[in-house]
Amino acid sequence: MRALVRITSWIYAVAIYGFIFLPVVVLVLFSLQATSFPIPPFTGPSLRWYDAVLADTRLTSALVNSLLVAILSSAAAVALGFLSAWGFARFALPGSGLMRGLITLPLTVSYLIIGMGLLVLFNWAGVPKSLLAAGIGHVVINLPLCFAIIYSQMGDHQINIERAARDLGAPEWTVLLLITVPVMAPAIFAGFFLSMTFSWDEFVISFLLTRFDTTLPVEIWNLLRSGLNPKTNAVGSLVFAVSIVLVVFFELMLLRRKPA
Amino acid sequence: MTAPLVDISSVSHRFGQHTVLKNVSLTIEPGSYTILLGPSGSGKTTLLSILGGFVTPSEGKVLIRGEDCTAVPPAKRPTTTVFQDYALFPHMSVGSNVGFGLRMQGIDAATRTARAREALALVGLATAFDKKPHQLSGGQRQRVALARALVVEPAVLLLDEPLGALDLKLRRQMQDELKAIQKRVGTAFIHVTHDQEEAMALADHCVVMNDGRIEDEGPPERVYARPATRFSATFMGESTLIPGAVTAAKDGTITVATQVGPLSLTGTLPAGTTVALAVRPEHLVLGAPGGAVGFGTAKVSDVVFQGSFKRVLAVSEKDPALHFIARAPAAAAVQPGDIVAVSCEAGDIILLAS
Repeated sequence: MRALVRITSWIYAVAIYGFIFLPVVVLVLFSLQATSFPIPPFTGPSLRWYDAVLADTRLTSALVNSLLVAILSSAAAVALGFLSAWGFARFALPGSGLMRGLITLPLTVSYLIIGMGLLVLFNWAGVPKSLLAAGIGHVVINLPLCFAIIYSQMGDHQINIERAARDLGAPEWTVLLLITVPVMAPAIFAGFFLSMTFSWDEFVISFLLTRFDTTLPVEIWNLLRSGLNPKTNAVGSLVFAVSIVLVVFFELMLLRRKPA
Repeated sequence: MTAPLVDISSVSHRFGQHTVLKNVSLTIEPGSYTILLGPSGSGKTTLLSILGGFVTPSEGKVLIRGEDCTAVPPAKRPTTTVFQDYALFPHMSVGSNVGFGLRMQGIDAATRTARAREALALVGLATAFDKKPHQLSGGQRQRVALARALVVEPAVLLLDEPLGALDLKLRRQMQDELKAIQKRVGTAFIHVTHDQEEAMALADHCVVMNDGRIEDEGPPERVYARPATRFSATFMGESTLIPGAVTAAKDGTITVATQVGPLSLTGTLPAGTTVALAVRPEHLVLGAPGGAVGFGTAKVSDVVFQGSFKRVLAVSEKDPALHFIARAPAAAAVQPGDIVAVSCEAGDIILLAS
């Protein structure tokens, strides 16, 4: 009976992980296909489609664009998120609860709505469609996230640490740079890596706000319009690999044992 | 007479509608160890925060070394604070923690290191220079916090319940060390606590606070032996309180009517004044032969063995509201239910206006 329960639970576990990861496994597997169609039977393994991706300057420049947008927009989002979290945590502001609610509200708004809103706004303000515009869009979606992560980690026990620094003669900006930022570093890096993950494979906003130079997900979408091809699998696998690395960094930062 | 090191004059403070300090005035002498003693909510921590510059008082002035520091921020005043939770910088080594204040003064790294090492040696932690705060025990962190605050040579060192987070044995040990360190460096220490034993052991000057006011201040021996108010008689050590009223006053002798009978005492209060008589537990005599002033008989309600003595609680047979707290020798054969005579010497009665 116990053995039966064990076996059933194993089957269930395999089924559920299979459900989640089979699409990715299929994607990665057929990126190693030797022939021209990503359909069974598997003919690989071969790296010819990875060579093709790296030889495609549109894809590689889109990859560089994506990295740039991810790094710069995440840095901006984390900096703004940190400052607002610090402000809310350390000062009694009028309507603080409402303001905190407002700053996290974009988390619940769909990327499509945010993208359309920005499109209209940029159109009106005369900001051309560009990587910069997409980057600003990514700051909009990631700032609330960074704020929420950093604010949640900003406990009262750090107040006395900051006070102690001030007490010993540190001006306010020194307290921020030498004390608050290092003490908050795990949350700051966690926010940064999670933002990068989201920016890295964000499609809708980039699609709406870029034109000639674009990001990798948009370029992949262009590629898909001409049909399935192991090259799309290869570039998809690359995107996935980068995301995995970023998420691992995020978890290492946030779940790392906090020193007492 | 030289000017006091710290002069707090008529300081009041309100948090919203709530007044936490009511017209407090206090002077601190150079090189003294001052204890602010009081229950939670007495305003002692707020007073310390005002001294440290973390709170600006609603009214009143704070002068340090003769300069008006009332609204000077913590960074710019000659005080440093040892926080209850130590507030060490967790990402810095012990040495960098101690050297932080000097770094903020723009002192070069070599001097900083040397002085940080000296300060750590002073608190007996010379070997911890390269460690991180989380590698140290509570008592050691406490010492690092002390070294960090002392190394910048403040005019006044403020300690906010510095021993509160330590276990009893370590607390008594750190208490002795604090006193020794204070005597060695000669800096004025102002130390907040609710522990009256700590206060008696450490203070040169003991300030008893309650409900935003200073109830009593002076050398701990005086505050204990001759408390100025009912509150300090019960908070700084225990007392038996006997309420009464002065019925006659003549030639420096007064007669006080109490539930246990009229008592004759030395005093000059006018007739009609309501008073309270306080007697310390060690001055109450149980059984015969008693002291000069008798309080009638009482029924022993509880006997608590405390090692070197027995703490005896007894209820007066004349007035069930009157509870005697007495101290009997450890070998005394006193048991709950016993009826004993209670008395004391006239000189041991503390007369308190109420």
